[in-house]
Amino acid sequence: MVVSDNTPVIKVEGLTARFGDDVIFENVSFQVHRGEILVILGGSGCGKSTLLKHMIGLYQPYAGRVLINGVDVNTEDEAELRRLRMDIGVLFQSGALFGSMTLAENVALPIQEYTRLTPATIELIVKMKLGLVQLAGYENHLPSEISGGMKKRAGLARAMALDPTVLFFDEPSAGLDPITSVEMDNLIKGINAGLGTTMVIVTHELESIFNIAHRVLILDKGARGIIAEGDPRDLKEHSPDPRVVNFFNRRPMAVKETRI
Amino acid sequence: MTKTAAPRRDYSIKVGGEKGEAAVFFSGRLALENLEDLREEIRGLLGEMSPAGLSVDLAGVEYLDSAGAVALLEMEEEARARALPVTFINMTPEVRGILGLIDPEDLKIPPLISERDTSLLEQIGEVSLRLLADLIQMLTFLGELLLSLFYSLLHPRGVRWDEVFFYLKRAGVDGLPIVGLISVLLGLIIAFMSSLQLKQFGANIYVASLLGIAMVKELGPIMTAILVAGRSGSAYAAEIGTMMVNEEVDAMVTMGFDPVRFLAVPKVLATVIAVPLLTLYADLFGILGGLIVGVWSLDLTVFTYITETQRSLDLFDLISSLIKAAVFGVLIAGIGCQRGFQVRGGAQSVGAATTSAVVAAIFLIIVTDSAFALVLHYIQ
Repeated sequence: MVVSDNTPVIKVEGLTARFGDDVIFENVSFQVHRGEILVILGGSGCGKSTLLKHMIGLYQPYAGRVLINGVDVNTEDEAELRRLRMDIGVLFQSGALFGSMTLAENVALPIQEYTRLTPATIELIVKMKLGLVQLAGYENHLPSEISGGMKKRAGLARAMALDPTVLFFDEPSAGLDPITSVEMDNLIKGINAGLGTTMVIVTHELESIFNIAHRVLILDKGARGIIAEGDPRDLKEHSPDPRVVNFFNRRPMAVKETRI
Repeated sequence: MTKTAAPRRDYSIKVGGEKGEAAVFFSGRLALENLEDLREEIRGLLGEMSPAGLSVDLAGVEYLDSAGAVALLEMEEEARARALPVTFINMTPEVRGILGLIDPEDLKIPPLISERDTSLLEQIGEVSLRLLADLIQMLTFLGELLLSLFYSLLHPRGVRWDEVFFYLKRAGVDGLPIVGLISVLLGLIIAFMSSLQLKQFGANIYVASLLGIAMVKELGPIMTAILVAGRSGSAYAAEIGTMMVNEEVDAMVTMGFDPVRFLAVPKVLATVIAVPLLTLYADLFGILGGLIVGVWSLDLTVFTYITETQRSLDLFDLISSLIKAAVFGVLIAGIGCQRGFQVRGGAQSVGAATTSAVVAAIFLIIVTDSAFALVLHYIQ
């Protein structure tokens, strides 16, 4: 197993996101170390997904920057950007497979785009990637012919096509049944252990947090930023912050008492 | 087409060993970018050797990714096929982790469904069956639509009039500029082209009759219907198709709404009202185009031109043409909605439905127009 070391792979420095006058979060800074699984937590509307989209360069930051392997994700340098894109993989919430292509074509696409391998070799790698996510044999299926859990796994195979050093997950177990959800967690842990991939996961599924996270980061809407950071069990047991404890104990913050 | 790997040698393979045992030492980067060379070199290596055993030393491997691991596992497989026992030695925990992650058996599982070739006969059969199914579906939908329209006629309060007015604006009002422009141009062209011929016989005045009859009886309704099919029929198909993809239509059914009554009826009603009105408007603009040519280049007065147009047309022509336009309206909106409801899957299916809505609508417009021409000829 590859244990995470302290080399920072991702550095988020003073990141501020706002839509118009609406400030989502302000001056957020943290690092993700090599081989680490970092889980970003928080209630709905706290800006988890916005943070993720900033980290993968889909949104331009209002202020601050995100560095992955030392490269700014919003760099204008085409060659650097290309190298960066090969270095990261993203699993979107619904898998985001291209509906008109088979699973094999979906996984092969980034390999064809970024390498000059022969079709036979690409086919071999596609088989291996689909095997890694337990979809061996499903090469010729279209995304519309497989279940939601399988779509996510196929999306993961495509995200891993180029063996990226960093994988981002947006709600990997949202919409999955409990068993499939645990399978997804195990897959994530297996890939992290086997390939040593650094992972950033946005989720609000408490079970999977304790199962997979090396470290969690809790965002809060009111605080417009990070309110806690650390080992999930530690935070749950020892955090002095009631917002953190309430989050882990699934207690809503301010609810009027109802008399029944 | 074969692509060759870029010549990047950032790995090396050395061969050694003693007493009939061969040892292969790997070092450097065993990764996706040099996979092509790596596989070839390993294949060549195994072809040359015939030792009693093979040990693969991975101590020098600096970087191994899953693609590099596949090459090593392939090597193991190949050696085993030659009855050559292989042992991997000096593996770092990282290398062991990656090799452990990949199951060589996965690489041998054949695809569950294979794309098969179909013969010409099979293809003809498939297409015929699809056409038949399409026809049945179209008729079923037409039945549903007529029932829903009939129901709406009996219960006019149940119709979503807000929606009807919304689509009336979309299909009708928003289409005014383009329908007007095209009709004027059409009128200009026809009047100009026919005047070139008729001038030779001194029959200038008949340009007005020719254009009046052509616009009101045929070109007005057909041009308008084709424009509405392109503008609104496609929009209906895309709108309902996207709702199908987003499960909005399913939600409607589970809530007990009839999607045809809820989604199709307002669109059909709006289009049935809009197309005849647009046709009337197109007729006027077409005649205006002819008038411009008549006054400018044929020395006709506005009064003569209009009187001549009036004389060549009667009320029957106008009303039959408006009825025809209303039928075109039902066809356009009906086909648009039906194609939308046929959408299954994703974005590509929505695109196909939109295209097919326009093509099918134009085809049916022409077919219906021929039928009208025959029927009107005999009843007039």
